[in-house]
Amino acid sequence: MTAGQGRPRKRVHLAAHFPGVNNTTVWSDPESGSQIAFSSFRHLARTAERGRFDFFFLAEGLRLRERGGRIHDLDVVGRPESLTVLAALAAVTSRLGLAATVNATFNEPAELARRLASLDHLSGGRAAWNVVTSSDAFTGENFRRGGYLDHADRYRRAAEFVEVARALWDSWPAGGPPRTVGHRGPQFAVEATASLPRSPQGHPVIIQAGDSDEGREFAAATADVVFSRHGTLEEGRAFYADVKRRLAAHGRSPADLKIMPGATFVLGDTEEEAAERAAGIRRRQVSPQTAIATLERVWGRDLSAYDPEGPLPEVDPVPDSDLVQGWAHAGDRFGVAAQWRARAEERKLSIRELVIELTGRQSFIGTPATVAAAIDEFVQADAADGFILVPHLTPGGLDEFVDRVVPLLQERGAFRADYEGGTLRHHLGLPAPRGTRAAADGELAAPGRPS
Amino acid sequence: MLTLSFALDDPAGNAHSAARWTDLVRRAERGALDFVTLGDSFAPPPPGSAGRLDAVAVLARVAPATRHLGLVPTVTTTHTEPFHTASALATLDFVSEGRAGWLVDVSRGEAEAAAFGRKPAAPEAELWAEAADAAEVAARLWDSWEDDAEIRDVATGRFVDRDKLHYIDFEGRWFRVRGPSIVPRPPQGRPPVAVALGAEDPAARHELAARHADLVLLAADAGDARRATVALRERVAAAGRDPEAVRVLLRLAVDLGGAERPPGPPAPAAGFRGSPAGLAALLAARQAESGADGFHLTSAAPAADLAALVEGTLPPLRARGLFRTEYRGRTLRDHLGLPRPASRYAKEAP
Ligand SMILES: Cc1cc2nc3c(=O)[nH]c(=O)nc-3n(C[C@H](O)[C@H](O)[C@H](O)COP(=O)(O)O)c2cc1C
Repeated sequence: MTAGQGRPRKRVHLAAHFPGVNNTTVWSDPESGSQIAFSSFRHLARTAERGRFDFFFLAEGLRLRERGGRIHDLDVVGRPESLTVLAALAAVTSRLGLAATVNATFNEPAELARRLASLDHLSGGRAAWNVVTSSDAFTGENFRRGGYLDHADRYRRAAEFVEVARALWDSWPAGGPPRTVGHRGPQFAVEATASLPRSPQGHPVIIQAGDSDEGREFAAATADVVFSRHGTLEEGRAFYADVKRRLAAHGRSPADLKIMPGATFVLGDTEEEAAERAAGIRRRQVSPQTAIATLERVWGRDLSAYDPEGPLPEVDPVPDSDLVQGWAHAGDRFGVAAQWRARAEERKLSIRELVIELTGRQSFIGTPATVAAAIDEFVQADAADGFILVPHLTPGGLDEFVDRVVPLLQERGAFRADYEGGTLRHHLGLPAPRGTRAAADGELAAPGRPS
Repeated sequence: MLTLSFALDDPAGNAHSAARWTDLVRRAERGALDFVTLGDSFAPPPPGSAGRLDAVAVLARVAPATRHLGLVPTVTTTHTEPFHTASALATLDFVSEGRAGWLVDVSRGEAEAAAFGRKPAAPEAELWAEAADAAEVAARLWDSWEDDAEIRDVATGRFVDRDKLHYIDFEGRWFRVRGPSIVPRPPQGRPPVAVALGAEDPAARHELAARHADLVLLAADAGDARRATVALRERVAAAGRDPEAVRVLLRLAVDLGGAERPPGPPAPAAGFRGSPAGLAALLAARQAESGADGFHLTSAAPAADLAALVEGTLPPLRARGLFRTEYRGRTLRDHLGLPRPASRYAKEAP
């Protein structure tokens, strides 16, 4: 089957994001189950595997969010440590990739490389690492290093971290013995010997989730998958073109890096029903209290005296506010506030109505047929290579998608009918890592690149 | 009733397949053992070793394949982050539904220090003092969510009652940790903390055991076991804790003929070589003499000796009423007869 410009139809890649600690997750629904019991993780992971998804994805946050010096209590709070849950999930799944978000600032290569290699061994080649770099002083208060890295240094550290990790993964070829890896750079000065032979994937899959120029360069140089925020057709195409264009400079081809925006979805038997359900979910995602809290993140000031069903505040934002901690920075507060005010006035919206309209709109809303078609269209139009789906309900939020949309994607020839290989690299169609390409072909591993 | 535990560590390396690990823990669970331990280290594996997997990962991987067996990995404290350690162990407790423990150890060598490149190797006494701080941080983090912190109150839009989440504000010589935990309170409240101890260990290690251990794995010669057990309980009492709230297990290297190798040097001091039934007799006698709660058995051939233990040692112990035929409780604390602790931050009900 072919699409568009006469090239072969691209296959869609799909991942399942465990509902996270933000207001996308509707905890107030009677159907909403435990956010922490292992049974919830098992249910969602098995559903994803039944749907032949590429991988299961866990986010991470190393400090509970705060507002005004107190724990933010309106969203889900609390989650397990990713690598340990994924090791347990390896026992109740057999093909599904297992992706952990782990911070590169508050970990060290000797330990994390080993934990990831252990997961790769224990899962038969299904491990992935989402390398995140958040590193504010607020989070640092839970760690030895404390402190803070400025933006450029975060990515320098992440790049150097991955370089050391890969050297370690390459340092014990099949047949051994292990070589000691020596590395001396601005971030790390280490001399380490791997305690594990090469893992089934050679290198666990590297995912990157960051949006700045440095983040995109890091992805182009280093990552196998990008988890992006750009889920609309136009933004998605622009981001896709930009990141794929950067690959050549690093000696890589477009197929070597998969771009997977995060996406939400709502299904219905008719378009109207789906739209109605979507609106209902958005109302529950934005409670009156959450509406005010969302506004406060832009304004940077206490707005608790305002009526969520009333008009937007007249007061101006506070530029360098630290009212809230643990969210991505709000950017240009005055600009955003001005836009929001204009929108609210134009459409006569209350605070809550505005927040519902601006923040929660789901990526795909429709019948299973229209949603399958839209996902396929986005991928064929190079707005994405696939999606990381974020259900709004734990643990059943993916059931309907797997039962009703996946079969239609398969019918279109846009999605695998069954797994065709054992490792996550295979599901994603990624080349074997450079250091171990020979090993993946069944020979002894080539020596790793010197670091 | 004896507490019996077994070390899964294989001198040839701990890089077994998931299937092999699953077989091993199922075997231990068929014997209704209280728990298994799995050691860990950042040191380079010895020459010829097959390698060493991360111990928490291994025991998490086998947790869903078992229902009762306690799972106690070593996690070291010298180069790791106490915050991550507490999170990982709380998570092991969640995925095993209340069966996690923590065997605290330190990284002694230059090689481990160089692998991290953050600080030089330090004297052992200092390492154990730091380990005690890490244990304190873990205990506080596990308590930092009260049990009923999650409320899901739709009327007020609140998922948690933040008055039941607590900063731990730990400040010590090696690190500070603000808290609260990012993981809710684990099923056991606090997974039991184990410390391996011998007479020659530095005072700081004994101090860690006295202040933090729920389980002490005690190395003592046959003739010295009673004195060492009594001394340990006194030390626990001196630290202001109930000495009966600590389980003291004697470490015993066993060789039940499981090793397929020519007869080697005699079993190490405080070790046992002989038949499985002979081991049963020895365990019964030594417990009676020492007043210890049970044993932590190690072996140079863990797979075969574990099988021999389950088939040949446990039945005679059961016949004498010294060991359970089946599990009664669900959690590791249940097996050990240790109550689930309340959070130190919880206010007494008015
Ligand atoms: C889609 C997406 C998901 C992310 N998930 C996490 C996460 O789970 N944990 C985390 O600490 N940071 C997460 N981040 C934050 C990034 O790691 C990064 O710190 C942030 O985007 C700032 O980098 P940038 O300026 O390059 O975008 C995420 C970012 C994006 C775009």
